[in-house]
Amino acid sequence: MNTFSPGFQGRTHRFEGRLPPGQYPTEDFPVLSAGPTPNVPTDSWTFSVVTEDGTARDWNWEQMKALPQEEPEVDIHCVTRWSKFGTRWQGVPFDAFLDDVETAADFVMAESYGGYTTNLPLEDLQDGKAWLVHTYDGYPLSPEHGGPARLLVPHLYFWKSAKWVRRIRMMPDDDPGFWESVGYHNYGDPWREQRGWSD
Amino acid sequence: MPGSWRSARLVARRPENATARTLLLEAPSWPGHLPGQHVDVRLTAEDGYQAVRSYSLAAPADGGRIELGIEPALGGEVSPYLADTLPVGADVEVTGPLGGWFVWHPERRGPVLLMAGGAGIVPVIAMVRARREAGSTAPFHLLYSVRDPDRVWYQDELAAPDASLRVDTLYSRNAPPHTPRLPGRVRASDLPPPPPPPTSPPSGTAPAAPSDAAPGTVPSSGPPSSFPSREGKEADLGTQCYVCGPTGFVEHVGNLLVTAGYPPELIRTERFG
Ligand SMILES: Cc1cc2nc3c(=O)[nH]c(=O)nc-3n(C[C@H](O)[C@H](O)[C@H](O)COP(=O)(O)OP(=O)(O)OC[C@H]3O[C@@H](n4cnc5c(N)ncnc54)[C@H](O)[C@@H]3O)c2cc1C
Repeated sequence: MNTFSPGFQGRTHRFEGRLPPGQYPTEDFPVLSAGPTPNVPTDSWTFSVVTEDGTARDWNWEQMKALPQEEPEVDIHCVTRWSKFGTRWQGVPFDAFLDDVETAADFVMAESYGGYTTNLPLEDLQDGKAWLVHTYDGYPLSPEHGGPARLLVPHLYFWKSAKWVRRIRMMPDDDPGFWESVGYHNYGDPWREQRGWSD
Repeated sequence: MPGSWRSARLVARRPENATARTLLLEAPSWPGHLPGQHVDVRLTAEDGYQAVRSYSLAAPADGGRIELGIEPALGGEVSPYLADTLPVGADVEVTGPLGGWFVWHPERRGPVLLMAGGAGIVPVIAMVRARREAGSTAPFHLLYSVRDPDRVWYQDELAAPDASLRVDTLYSRNAPPHTPRLPGRVRASDLPPPPPPPTSPPSGTAPAAPSDAAPGTVPSSGPPSSFPSREGKEADLGTQCYVCGPTGFVEHVGNLLVTAGYPPELIRTERFG
């Protein structure tokens, strides 16, 4: 017998198998950000990949748009407990930025306009698991959702999909990013419910 | 071991206005929390189905006693149940405290600008209460945006005189008679002037946006700003801003603050959805 919350019924839609533990489905697109939304014009936008020895490869907006494009349709899961199914994006598969990069690093720091950072294992950006996206649902990605371009790493909690990303920096040793240093889990797998330090 | 859940018993419920409710819960061996933090509340239906939502802690902990403030969302799965159905004496489960960024540290002496929209007042009143409890003299200024006069939360408490707490209530749809300000969303003219820029920027601080930059524009070169770094000395003296409420409110107010010249790295936000 359940002893908690007598009389609670919940909704009838249950999405078993598609909804990670502790999440609920939403039709909205809520926003999680630590500060105000930066406004980054595309004509001064650049994106770089910087290796551990300081070598940088840069792309401006046109160069990025000229790279191969894909249209991933993925489920996304935010640590604030909403999940959104079948979100449609357009962007560059992340492997395209790593093609000519020589690195022995196992980790990266994603750094954003506005100062946000998040750390990931490099392999989580490889082999078709991640994108740099600039279009959501057919429209240019809006600033509050990370436009003009953000990372999309749908197999991890969505804070890892850095908004307003400007640089990927290779790190031989792992280092916590912004949310990771104020209590969020270092890796953030929604299926293992890795929300906080104690999980 | 994802999130450790503890049971929490509803010991009292009090209306804040026609729809909003304060809930007092008893959560044995609650570890305490900082003002601005939240809990996740888990409900379980007869058939085992569970739903979890986040709710801000409205006051400093009193032993195991924690306070929440719930605005029921029309057609919502969890908030109408918590606001009006959960019986006093019954249990829910909570985990927390959660959130290590949208917090005010009572030992911080610098001025604070609080901007709350709707239910966004909940973590903000926690900061006001923690300040009072700590005997802090940090100057607080609260800009509180509410739709109508009958939507105000914590009315008497916010009206109580306090020399270093200034409260401005900004009505977005209907104001009480004789209110000089026309109702409407928060405007640039509602903001206090931003603090003057520091005369000699301490090392490691974010470069200030050039004065000719478009409003809210981030310089496109240079190192990332220090916004995510932990509070340093300079942050201790600048006006720290906290903005909380529905996403539309937070986006709007965040843009107003940056345009007005508040340093982005001193603006902390919490979006309720
Ligand atoms: C860090 C944080 C702190 C928060 N603190 C507070 C707080 O202190 N106080 C507070 O009141 N809230 C707070 N919130 C918001 C809270 O977590 C919930 O999002 C809110 O209570 C709505 O939850 P719900 O289950 O009632 O609504 P949901 O079921 O999640 O629905 C949200 C809205 O979508 C609509 N909707 C969605 N699906 C359906 C459907 N199938 N049928 C009908 N309608 C639907 C509902 O009408 C409703 O208006 C906080 C959120 C965060 C992230």
